[in-house]
Amino acid sequence: MAERLIIETIDLWKTYDGVEALRGLNLHVPAGSICGFLGRNGAGKTTTMKILLGMARPTSGQARVFGLAADSPQASLEIRRRSAFVSEEKELYSYMTVDEIIRFTAALFPRWRDDLQERYLRKFELPLTRTIKTLSRGTRTKLALLLALCRGAELLILDEPTSGLDPAMAEEVLQALVRHGGGEELTVFFSSHQIAEVDQIADHVVIIDRGRAVISGALDDLRESFRRIQFVFDGDAPQTTFRAPGVERVVRKGRVLTVLSSAGADAIVEEARALQPRSVDVVPVTLREIFLESVSAED
Amino acid sequence: MEQVKHAIETGALRPGEQLPGIRPLAEELVINVNTVAKAYRELEHEGIIELRHGSGAFVSENARAGKLADTLRGAQSMVAAAIERLRARGLTADEIRRLFEAELARLSRTGRRRG
Repeated sequence: MAERLIIETIDLWKTYDGVEALRGLNLHVPAGSICGFLGRNGAGKTTTMKILLGMARPTSGQARVFGLAADSPQASLEIRRRSAFVSEEKELYSYMTVDEIIRFTAALFPRWRDDLQERYLRKFELPLTRTIKTLSRGTRTKLALLLALCRGAELLILDEPTSGLDPAMAEEVLQALVRHGGGEELTVFFSSHQIAEVDQIADHVVIIDRGRAVISGALDDLRESFRRIQFVFDGDAPQTTFRAPGVERVVRKGRVLTVLSSAGADAIVEEARALQPRSVDVVPVTLREIFLESVSAED
Repeated sequence: MEQVKHAIETGALRPGEQLPGIRPLAEELVINVNTVAKAYRELEHEGIIELRHGSGAFVSENARAGKLADTLRGAQSMVAAAIERLRARGLTADEIRRLFEAELARLSRTGRRRG
């Protein structure tokens, strides 16, 4: 499958003050996707975004955005011209009014979309004359999103865009993302702790744990391929090692042996037949379960 | 997808009528545009809708509007009978639900291998 990648990292490492924030991250975000980036606090999500945007340098490995090297100062300018970033901190110029920052930003970008500016000023009900420092967190997020969308960027990177927003505001933000993102014009890469919202609007997902991508791919493929298989035995579940591929995790508890498989549940069931289980259950797994299993799998 | 099928079956959508565009529907439902596009392609593959280049998606003239409602009513009594027998054997609602889900998952796996 020859998908064009908008973001690609190869064996990316980042060490800050002796702490390994990224430990060989391999990231693939295909063009035209809405890609959700999940991981626990401290897993390396913000560090990854900063490296992609040239705001931090990798210790080793490669990061490419639009095929350009993110650690080259010149290429990074080009990357930042073609992408927009909505950071968790939303460090906008806090003394400016809403109107001032919009005019200021519009002047910097020749492809500025006046139509979107009008639309989202109305839809987000942004108060033009208020200074940014007096805005609520949700309103500030919506302002940052307006600025990002109006720039006509090809890539939108958002660091936890809905954190701290009430459900109605979060829905407005998600709605704007699905209206403009996905498809040829705009690729979206966003981090979140809300697994449900990733499930809802993303078509690709990357789960990062301790600086490494543990799950990566199209959400439909993950839903199709992950299964929980439960074997119940007459006596204690046997100690066993599966040869079949796709075994992610095996848990023995009393008479029950539970296997989380990422592919080929049938082969696993077939292999377990020799152990003569009393019953076999194969059930689909939600993204939430995939997340919880994959981030707690180590140690 | 199920919503569109249901709307056709109940007559809320009639043959020849136009469906919302992919992008507006994605926005309305707040779901990924590629998911909607995929659902439309599958509906087209099943002969339920027609995608006309440049003008959008329409309910097929020969979509079995309403017919499925009868089939479903018949099926419902079959399911009811099966559930009744399982309950008579002492299975709980949860156990029955899990059996159905596991069986459907198994069927979709073997179906995929064939296809």
